[in-house]
Amino acid sequence: MSLYYVQKFLYELNRSEQVQAAFRADATATVESFVSEGADLSEEEVAALVMPDIGKLFHLGCNGQILMHFAAFHQIEWQDYLQRMRDGIDEHGPVREGVYAMTGYEGTDAHSTALGQNSAVGQQNTNGDR
Amino acid sequence: MPLVFAGVCSHAPGITGRADQADPVVRDGFYAAFEQMRHDLETTKPDAVVIVAAEHFANFFMNNMPSFAIGMADFYDGPIEDPDWLAIDKFRAPGSRDISTRLIAEVMETADVSYCEEWKFDHGIAVPLHFLTPNFDLPVIPVNINCQGPPLTPLARAWNFGEALRRACDAVPERIAIVGTGGISHWPATPDSGKINEAWDRDFLDRWCRNDRDDLLDYTDESVYADAGQGGFEIRTFLTVAAAAQGAIGTVHFCEPIPIFAVSCTIATYDLAG
Ligand SMILES: [Fe+2]
Repeated sequence: MSLYYVQKFLYELNRSEQVQAAFRADATATVESFVSEGADLSEEEVAALVMPDIGKLFHLGCNGQILMHFAAFHQIEWQDYLQRMRDGIDEHGPVREGVYAMTGYEGTDAHSTALGQNSAVGQQNTNGDR
Repeated sequence: MPLVFAGVCSHAPGITGRADQADPVVRDGFYAAFEQMRHDLETTKPDAVVIVAAEHFANFFMNNMPSFAIGMADFYDGPIEDPDWLAIDKFRAPGSRDISTRLIAEVMETADVSYCEEWKFDHGIAVPLHFLTPNFDLPVIPVNINCQGPPLTPLARAWNFGEALRRACDAVPERIAIVGTGGISHWPATPDSGKINEAWDRDFLDRWCRNDRDDLLDYTDESVYADAGQGGFEIRTFLTVAAAAQGAIGTVHFCEPIPIFAVSCTIATYDLAG
């Protein structure tokens, strides 16, 4: 199990049209060939990459700067992308590892409270009404 | 030649990619400020622009993460993202291997830096270039500071790096401009995207305008993360430009939160002549 290799796979996919084409043709085989080259990925991580399970990948600790391109690659619209991450936290719990786990990321509400802000403000802001 | 221009601007991908979802009045005010920055930059007749960026896992990853990197190529392609997603067409920006090589050699006298003969620009550089050199006709010297993958470049080292860059820019005969790009407080690409700590941003920009080294270095990664999100780590680019401006006083030309762009959209410059 390794957040490093989950993100490494997405990093390579994000920057290579060849990897993107291979993944489009056969996602499972593309991830498996990455594993056969030495990447330490658990079954849970492989499944999340193949599906793709954006909420799970965020919960596992994927950086949004990497994950948002994977979502865009799958034609997942921006608001939907944000919602899938929120759902992932609701379903699986706080981010396990990585930069967001640094101060214990438990979700938008907990985060807003820690900042002394109203999470409704954040939610309203994200839908671009203002 | 002494440095001819120093400023900072935002680079969030929503600025171009989600333009149609923003309040048009605030958005157009921001675009106008960017246009004024382009004009001010052109007026200084630079031979090259150093862009101090905080790229987002486009070229640099945790297998080999430099604290500082400087491009050393004659051209750079971008954007690495889907052009439709970013709403910036594929481009080839000119570089200058010659100028880069001389700047890097001088910077290396006092700071450790990786050099890169290959570099694909992500939104961190593509968005500023889209506004500042829309015809891609000014040689770019890309610079990167690790603001993304902890352990991050320490703030004091970013400051020292800015001083080294300034020495290098002053040492070459060409007219060099420097532009730092980054968000201030923001939670980009996370469920909190759109959250902005406006008071924190204004306080930070006040320190930046006063160019007060002690105040600018008076942050920890923990306090920045808590108050300004992981996007706030990008203040390193602003600090480097502050150090390069060597005590010059800054002016904020535009700073307004645009939540769908995920940041307080900011344009600010230093008065190098003052
Ligand atoms: Fe950024």
